[in-house]
Amino acid sequence: MYGIGLVKGMGITIKHFVATYVDDLRWFGRRYYNPEAFAVRQSSEAQGIFTVQYPEEKLITPEEFRYIPFLIYDELEDGTHQDRCTSCGICAKVCPPQCIWIVRSDDPETGRPVPEPTDFFIDIDICMNCGLCAEFCPFEAIRMDHDYEISTYDRLSSNIYNKEKLDRPASYYASIRPRNSAVDDAILAEKQAKKAAKEEARKQREAAKSQPSDE
Amino acid sequence: MEQQFPGVLSLDERDNFAGYLVPPDKLVEFATQLRDELGYNYLSSVTGVDYLPDEQMEVVYHAYRTEGGSAFVFKTQVPREDPTVPTLVGVWPGADFQEREAWDLLGIRFLGHPNLRRILMWDGFEGHPLRKDWQEVYFEEDTKPFKNRWPEGDVYRIEDKVPFGKNVQYPPEFTPEGWIPEGDEELYAGMGQISTSENGDSIKTDQIVVNLGPQHPSTHGVFRMVATLDGETVTDLKPVMGYLHRNHEQIGERNTYIMNMPYTDRLDYLASMSNNFAYALAVEKLMGIKPPERAEYIRVMMAELTRIQSHLWAIGFLLNDLGAFQTPALYAIIERELILDVFEAVSGSRMMCNYFRFGGLARDLPPGTLQTIRDLAFERLPRRVDELNAYLTDNEIVRTRTIGVGVLPAEKAVAFSAGGPVLRASGVPYDVRRAEPYGIYERFDFDVAVRYGGDVYDRYLVRVDEIRESIKIVQQAVDDIPEGEIQTGKHAYQVRVPAGEAYGRVENPKGELGFYVVSNGKPNPWRYHIRAPSFINLTALAEMCKGYKIADVVAILGSIDIVLGEVDR
Repeated sequence: MYGIGLVKGMGITIKHFVATYVDDLRWFGRRYYNPEAFAVRQSSEAQGIFTVQYPEEKLITPEEFRYIPFLIYDELEDGTHQDRCTSCGICAKVCPPQCIWIVRSDDPETGRPVPEPTDFFIDIDICMNCGLCAEFCPFEAIRMDHDYEISTYDRLSSNIYNKEKLDRPASYYASIRPRNSAVDDAILAEKQAKKAAKEEARKQREAAKSQPSDE
Repeated sequence: MEQQFPGVLSLDERDNFAGYLVPPDKLVEFATQLRDELGYNYLSSVTGVDYLPDEQMEVVYHAYRTEGGSAFVFKTQVPREDPTVPTLVGVWPGADFQEREAWDLLGIRFLGHPNLRRILMWDGFEGHPLRKDWQEVYFEEDTKPFKNRWPEGDVYRIEDKVPFGKNVQYPPEFTPEGWIPEGDEELYAGMGQISTSENGDSIKTDQIVVNLGPQHPSTHGVFRMVATLDGETVTDLKPVMGYLHRNHEQIGERNTYIMNMPYTDRLDYLASMSNNFAYALAVEKLMGIKPPERAEYIRVMMAELTRIQSHLWAIGFLLNDLGAFQTPALYAIIERELILDVFEAVSGSRMMCNYFRFGGLARDLPPGTLQTIRDLAFERLPRRVDELNAYLTDNEIVRTRTIGVGVLPAEKAVAFSAGGPVLRASGVPYDVRRAEPYGIYERFDFDVAVRYGGDVYDRYLVRVDEIRESIKIVQQAVDDIPEGEIQTGKHAYQVRVPAGEAYGRVENPKGELGFYVVSNGKPNPWRYHIRAPSFINLTALAEMCKGYKIADVVAILGSIDIVLGEVDR
């Protein structure tokens, strides 16, 4: 009979319409602004309307979520900050839209390059959030952020981020990406151990060198 | 082959190059024989390459048999100063837009082409931007990485160097204010809105020209269709595109190989994983590497999830175009969101995935994601596809609007190089996953969805069928996925790509997506061409629309499922 398909379709629309109310009852009216219900609403179990009441509710960003890079510094015991970045420039070389500039400097006394950037710029207007800089950084120094609410009133001057604006402590990194930062910490610890072992070996060699001269 | 065509074919003897060279004057004759006698009835890709050091232009053709099998590649070389090649539109009408693109971007003149106008650039544009000696207004360097970025550092906004208004170049003695677009006259020419009587007077007939777009909600982006109407019936239709053109291919030729990966996301932005797949395949072919087993499985899972969500989107918005405003589209998008959540967890971005690397993947699946995919593939998606099917397939309004509308017969679909669901809805069971399996597709049990009506309704049904088949593939992949590595070789930012050419193609949701990459051993590709399925499917649009009502044009365009990011590149 003509029209049966239409009626069937309407039935499905009504099912969708009712599902939201049923789901609301299931949570005793606490369907919104409730982290537990929110997690179910965003999973494959979701029933009824699953829109997000932004900005009161926000989507849970998965760990790998990437947005605008940041630079990590370690907080040393004496309170000083040490950049992980050595200004090697691999991020600037691999960046597809070429939005990274690094300013390097030489030590005024020795004339040798300082393994730390004097300044670091990212033009976030043209950054495409691809994450290649973070992926190929050999010093675990540049990583992708989770903060996606970066709108400003002035696009002409505020969208070139300098080092001050890009710097974040390692603890911040650990808070947004616990699994990734644990992996990075392990790599850094290994490097540290290798460096220490090398240093140790060098000292021993020097000691061995100086001994024969004593004879 | 050479013995069969003495004096016509000669083997391409460059290292790592395949196929045959055909002299330009024998091209049409040879192509006709290739089609009629050897059965290569499907011309997939036509493109040009500018070999500046050799002072040569080369046109590269990839032809296939619709029964399956690998490509027959033939090329023709012409001097760079005056590149003139006979057109193959007479043999394969599907060459139409691709030859126009080669003319537009490379300046290769196709003799005998019925409508050799610019297609992506605007009519007043001077020069051919894919030529190796062409430079844009603010030209920095030939290849990335740009030297001024590192190590000295030089901070400025591009816009300060190229202020608005100074960022375009005009032909000499050209004033933009006084310009009357001549191209439009050419565009409307032959469209029959004015016919001249014998004594020279112009008399108006009852045909009128209607411009749909560029700003029109049903065109899925910035796309224009110039339709000639006889009453309400479409007598002719010309698609106009290029409003989103950004010279993607030239950007690609300046980038290093790895830099292109995130750019491919921006082509068909509803199917970025498939785009990654095709590009990775092409470069892997050149490098001679293969990803490890686990990576292959993840690739297939991601490509099939991409197909599911892209088809859901296509179905939802086809209904939008039919006037079922938003409700079906939003029901379809709910499932799409859940798949995008998987992409976000895996790759870090919902749409711009940038997940594939040469010889592997950017990273392994995070913990728990495989379970999410399993829940989706075994529980939710099959149920929801059934619901969508019950919701729409038997709906009388959908059926009346779509059955028998926009019919494209099988032989025309093949001739016009249509691909993907458009081709399969016309009764040609051609699917790259079966015709020339890539990755590990030969291991999976699935059917090639095919329908025989060739109308809008069958294109819709093919998509529903394909979603079901894709769910089957994801289920098998989830069950069989092994543990192990996800990257062959070192995860490096500079890859060594030996000189040569490669064509990597996948069945992406819109059709056959191919990447033609030529390397000269340098860190940047010499040629980087995309066989964009949405773009080439539009070649048949006029053929599908002729004889139907103007209101059907919107439905027909919706059933092709174009993405302007890929059409315009």
